[in-house]
Amino acid sequence: MTTTSSPVTTRQGVLELAQVSRWYGNVVAVNDVTMTIGPGVTGLLGPNGAGKSTLLHMMAGFLAPSSGTATLDGGRIWHNHGIYRQIGLVPEKEAVYGFLTGWQFVLSSARLHGLPSPAEAAKRALDLVEMTDASGRRVETYSKGMRQRVKVAAALVHDPQVLLLDEPFNGMDPRQRLHLMDLVRRMGEEGRTILFSSHILEEVERVAHHIEVLVAGRHAASGDYREIRRRMADRPHLFRVRSSDDRRLAAALIGDPSSSAVSLTEQGIEVQVTDHARFTALLPRMARDLAVHLWQVSPTDEDLESVFSYLISGSTR
Amino acid sequence: MNTVVADITYRAMLGRKRIWLLILLPVALVALAALLRLVNGQDEQTAVLLMKSFAIGTMLPLLGLIAGTGVIAPEIEDGTIIHLLAKPISRPVIAVTKFVVAASLVAVLGAVSTYAAAYLLAGSESGVATGFTLGALFGGIAYAAVFLLLGVLTRHAVAVGVIYALVWEGVVGGYVPGARKFSIQQWAQSLADQVSSSPFFSTEVTLGFAVPAMVIVTIGAVVWTGQRLRSLSLTGDD
Repeated sequence: MTTTSSPVTTRQGVLELAQVSRWYGNVVAVNDVTMTIGPGVTGLLGPNGAGKSTLLHMMAGFLAPSSGTATLDGGRIWHNHGIYRQIGLVPEKEAVYGFLTGWQFVLSSARLHGLPSPAEAAKRALDLVEMTDASGRRVETYSKGMRQRVKVAAALVHDPQVLLLDEPFNGMDPRQRLHLMDLVRRMGEEGRTILFSSHILEEVERVAHHIEVLVAGRHAASGDYREIRRRMADRPHLFRVRSSDDRRLAAALIGDPSSSAVSLTEQGIEVQVTDHARFTALLPRMARDLAVHLWQVSPTDEDLESVFSYLISGSTR
Repeated sequence: MNTVVADITYRAMLGRKRIWLLILLPVALVALAALLRLVNGQDEQTAVLLMKSFAIGTMLPLLGLIAGTGVIAPEIEDGTIIHLLAKPISRPVIAVTKFVVAASLVAVLGAVSTYAAAYLLAGSESGVATGFTLGALFGGIAYAAVFLLLGVLTRHAVAVGVIYALVWEGVVGGYVPGARKFSIQQWAQSLADQVSSSPFFSTEVTLGFAVPAMVIVTIGAVVWTGQRLRSLSLTGDD
């Protein structure tokens, strides 16, 4: 992305949260979170209701922390409209004026930023998200993915040092998703600070080099996505297996170190797996050798909640 | 004042169904005046009655409500306001711009229709048309400011606004002597009375009270709106 405006490029674009909490009445949405988001792409991962949007809104200056401080390059964010020279924000809500065309929407963003060549900046931003062809249509006629892209164009129009995206890939088709992921990755490589929230791990690991995990308002984990991925793969998994001879298969499985417990139930065999890779390679071979037909092999605790719960217990151990 | 904010706000107000709501009442006022003129001919007393009860008493607060809340409340409700707020523009400037749009719509639609209706019924007799036009102009501006503030104070701005317009302005302000001093409707009538020499019309609120009150309420409401916008919090779905 080339710079045509006058962005603040001399600054680092470092977002810092220090012991930040946010509560609504008796409900704590974000609890004592401390994190630093620097240049590069960071994924904010957590299940729905974890407090991701609350955290992003505090970083974007749309929510005051109930306690703690949120700063950008050392300057406070709340009550400081000057930060928007550096920040581009893509909210999750479809907050777009439907009566404007895509072009008018992005152009208005450029003019509101007071850019010297608003039309040029708007054209460049629309090109970046591949929305030039549809820019003459009213936004209300766009698909969800197109609205998302035009929002991204409006957020990028002033070439910001910091880009905050709340669930940016929602509603996009696979091609659009890949394109935006590529764009986000490239901007991160250029040294911009990019933070995006998602509840889908695969989405985050494709784009982000660094992950912050938020669960139930708490900062559950932080670090390189490979490390977090490894911890998630290594956690104990509970599998349910149904076969033509459950008893025989269970007897064979119990002798293998890939599982810590095997039990026979009315629904089949339940296996507590400790070595995920070994178990998934072993099971079909074992069934073939024993001449047992496998009817069903299903993990029972693969939902995000259980994954995140494991991460929390891991991070507090 | 920001011209981009004004442009978007005018488009939102005039390019959608809300424009019909804004036009409906002024058209009804002029139509009613035309009908009365056809039936009774020119009649100053009827003109004063229509201006007091319908133009200033009903149309103006409702126009103020539609325009004042309409320029900002729907944007806060659906989140589109983020497009304006996430920019390096001071929030008070956004508030002033929203006020200018709302006030211009109420002033133009309210004042023009008031003049047309009053002129149809009374011609230039006793300055009725000019007086009520001035009242509608400045009363409309004050209403726009108050309802703009209401639009940022509560998510139920229209409901609260209707109660304020009908109960306070319509009933309490109209009939309770002490409360009349604190009614925009009465201030607008005070302005009209100052210009008009009609024997069918007099007000209790003095111009010396009405003008400063209008100025203070208008400026205070716009300043307060700017401060509320500075602290406007948005919550996500998480």
